[in-house]
Amino acid sequence: MSSLGLYLPGHSPLHRMRAGTKLLFMLLAGAGSVFLDHPWQVAAALAVVLAGYGVAGLPWRTPLRQAKPLIWILGFVAVFHVLVSGWERAFVFVGVILSLVLLAALVTLTTRTTDMIDAVVRALRPTRLLGVNPERVGLLLSLGIRSVPVVVGLAEEVRDAQRARGLTASPRAFAVPLIVRSLRHADALGDALVARGADD
Amino acid sequence: MPLIEVDGVTHAYGEGANRRVVLEDVTATLTEQRIGVIGANGSGKSTFVRLLNGLVLPSEGTVRVDGLDTRKDGRAVRRRVGFCFTDPDAQIVMPTVAEDVAFGLRRTGMTKQEVAARVASTLATYGLAGHADHPAHLLSGGQKQLLALCSVLVTEPDLLVLDEPTTLLDLRNAAAVKRVVADLPLQVLLVTHHLDLLDGFDRVLVFDEARVVYDGAPDEAVRFYQDLMASVP
Repeated sequence: MSSLGLYLPGHSPLHRMRAGTKLLFMLLAGAGSVFLDHPWQVAAALAVVLAGYGVAGLPWRTPLRQAKPLIWILGFVAVFHVLVSGWERAFVFVGVILSLVLLAALVTLTTRTTDMIDAVVRALRPTRLLGVNPERVGLLLSLGIRSVPVVVGLAEEVRDAQRARGLTASPRAFAVPLIVRSLRHADALGDALVARGADD
Repeated sequence: MPLIEVDGVTHAYGEGANRRVVLEDVTATLTEQRIGVIGANGSGKSTFVRLLNGLVLPSEGTVRVDGLDTRKDGRAVRRRVGFCFTDPDAQIVMPTVAEDVAFGLRRTGMTKQEVAARVASTLATYGLAGHADHPAHLLSGGQKQLLALCSVLVTEPDLLVLDEPTTLLDLRNAAAVKRVVADLPLQVLLVTHHLDLLDGFDRVLVFDEARVVYDGAPDEAVRFYQDLMASVP
């Protein structure tokens, strides 16, 4: 449904699992990934993550779609490591990155954004003592996620306008209107947040 | 119906040589259920309606909603006054439809189950029940505007202010928004360039060059506005 890896509704055990548990597991998996040193370990980690997609009842194409934006980066890393340190190191590096990205995507695909943000807000409660407002951090995360498709849409409109006017690819002609429109959007969003009581 | 009192309001941006007056000595008492606001671009109508929930505080004069001063009681006023913007993309703050509607119910003391029930019933009322878990950015323009309306109406405001809600919509979606607005049981203040949306309204204010230049029944107000625009070279 979404190229951003947003929530896909379902009733699988992964969908029902608490958001905090999933985030904690993801954190531990990220920390533990530094100990993966052999291709078979990485292959096993990848297999576990892909099995997670199966448990979640997601279509088999979903992990492919999640990995697609990384193809160029992974390809570059793979070629570099094959040339410098051999195919085994290349497999370990690429496999670890791919496993972690697919795991993060699996968590976001099976967790409502609000549940995830609630979990982050709960985890940040102790930071109140340091003057941090966890609800503000949660709102910031929501707005960040929400703003990605908006800015992508603005970028597409700017590019279309450039093409319509026969302009060739010019970084400046692309960046200036995109920044101006993004700032205008941020201004309007600020008004909407006030109107919707975000500051109350 | 809430009592809206705008008393001697002047509003300007900038200072000195850069001072630009966008509203000048506007006074109005609004009690009707359906109030329209029309005028050319830059005539001051959007600033006028932004005064009503404290988004804009007047440089001079006072604005009261049910006796609450927007300057002193901004939060209480905003709880009574729902505001719907022209561009729904600027108003939708959460990634999915249901989450965005639920956003306005934070800190209301409702339980998760109560929030979910209220959100589901609001989405069903406005034909978005099947989209609850959909990413908001994948909705059509008309659905986004309906979502923006749902997100405001779920908080059950006493007054709904709509600032050109159909400007970005095609005829079908504009008609859908018109139907929704016509059926609302609350007080509605609508800014629009689509004059047919004012059918059945009780009162229309016409703005021109920062002032209210006509205030009366919709038919006469629309005629006055059309004559005014025709007279501009």
